[in-house]
Amino acid sequence: MIQERLNILRKKGINLISSLSSTVQYRSTEIISIIAAVTIWQIIAVYIVQNKFFLPSFTDVLSALIRIIERDARLAVMGLELQLPVLFVDLLYSLLHFSIGLLSALLIGIPLGMAMGWFRSINRIVDPIIEVIRPIPPIAWIPFAIIWIGLNPFAAGFLIFVGAVFPIIINTYTGFKSVSRVYVEAAKVLGCNTNKELIRYVALPSSLPSIAAGIRIAMGVGWMCLVAAEMFGVSRNGLGYKIWHHYYLHNMDLVLLYMLLLGFLGLCIDRLLRYYVDGKLLKWRKGEVI
Amino acid sequence: MGKVTVKNLSRWFAKDKNEPTFALEDINLEIDDKEFVCFVGPSGCGKTTLLRIISGLDMPNKGEVHLDGQKIVGPGPDRGMVFQEYSLFPWKTVIENVIFGPLMGGVKKKDAVAEAEKYIELVGLNKFRSSYPYELSGGMKQRVAIARALANEPSVLLMDEPFGALDAQTRNILQQELLEIWKKKHITIAFVTHSVDEAVFLADKIVLMSARPGKIKEIIKLDLPRPRERTSHEANILRDRILKTLIKEQTKE
Repeated sequence: MIQERLNILRKKGINLISSLSSTVQYRSTEIISIIAAVTIWQIIAVYIVQNKFFLPSFTDVLSALIRIIERDARLAVMGLELQLPVLFVDLLYSLLHFSIGLLSALLIGIPLGMAMGWFRSINRIVDPIIEVIRPIPPIAWIPFAIIWIGLNPFAAGFLIFVGAVFPIIINTYTGFKSVSRVYVEAAKVLGCNTNKELIRYVALPSSLPSIAAGIRIAMGVGWMCLVAAEMFGVSRNGLGYKIWHHYYLHNMDLVLLYMLLLGFLGLCIDRLLRYYVDGKLLKWRKGEVI
Repeated sequence: MGKVTVKNLSRWFAKDKNEPTFALEDINLEIDDKEFVCFVGPSGCGKTTLLRIISGLDMPNKGEVHLDGQKIVGPGPDRGMVFQEYSLFPWKTVIENVIFGPLMGGVKKKDAVAEAEKYIELVGLNKFRSSYPYELSGGMKQRVAIARALANEPSVLLMDEPFGALDAQTRNILQQELLEIWKKKHITIAFVTHSVDEAVFLADKIVLMSARPGKIKEIIKLDLPRPRERTSHEANILRDRILKTLIKEQTKE
């Protein structure tokens, strides 16, 4: 038995290694491109700029990472005081702010966009208001976010909400507007007649690609708002907050490290969503050129 | 039963304050139970509009349509429809498309699936029951559309140029299959086409229509024996006669 298990494990290990090496081969151009960029950065920082404050090199950032991984921070959750790595606590706070903003944007944006796309009168009522509010940059809401909500994670969430909600509304609306007439008529002839049924069974699934694209844009915009949202002191932790914090302390290597972390995490979130949407939700669109 | 009666039916479209354009003017027509009727005419003669009014997707400005004595006021599962465009829901698999109508009508999913399997078998697509529409060819899509329309067990099947987008060979095969389905299911079929060849091969009765305003020009009863030979002498004579009437109709303008 144990021998068999070991064999299976060994096979899995070999498979993993071989698939890894094949990915490396397959992605060689991309990998070389990244390595080249890092090398050029390192050379410029060390030999041309020669100033760690002005431009920290790749190795500076790497040693900053090693330094900060060992540091701990306190995290208080529901009366519990936890001792966790500071990077992890920053990440948790940022994800908290981000998910408050994004979830509320989804909960408000999707139903609103659906109603606007399906009922002409609602669109005529809501659209002018949206068109006036939409061009206001999310950062301009900071004073009112503080006055209305106070210095807490929900104020940061509000800012991210302002950035994320409009792409969701607009893409949901567009999706609903462009539902093909023949699908609606086919559904009607098959006995699907009320607005509720037509929205549930025809308009919503048919506009899912557009809604998913809207969520992707919204997540990008929301992530960009994160730094601004954490700038005004809603919490003592957070990836965006730490950029300012370390700037004041003149730790430019840590500033750059947090910047890179923000970029990397944003990429991961986007990939996760794409994987889920393309693989699960939209597998009926495979083979279409997007 | 599936007897359709069209009485004094008119449909016009008014643009601003201009004179209304008549898509259909004063149409009177009877389609008997289990009859195969083809509507043929030049484009703009209102044949599609007439079919849409029977389906309940469009409303007449004057006159009424009855199905078995019941006035038609909107779409309903007693009238199935196959569209010219591919109308399968692309987010549903073949079987999910076919059970959509029965589920809407309150049939339990298990029963609906069992029923749907039969219809998918009827159109010969068992192998593709779990495929998405993008994986099917044009002819297969229209076969599924027929199965989906039949799953509601309608008494009338309305078909709006269903084979118009298909290549000639596929079209011939599907015509043959449609006749077999019609024979098996004993339903009334109203079929709109611009192909005289198709009408002569399929119909019990051909309704020839004229354009602007859309009117019934002539109703031709076909007593050609089935199975029909596309190139038989009688079929040729009939086709020739209809084509000449249509050409006269088109050069009149």
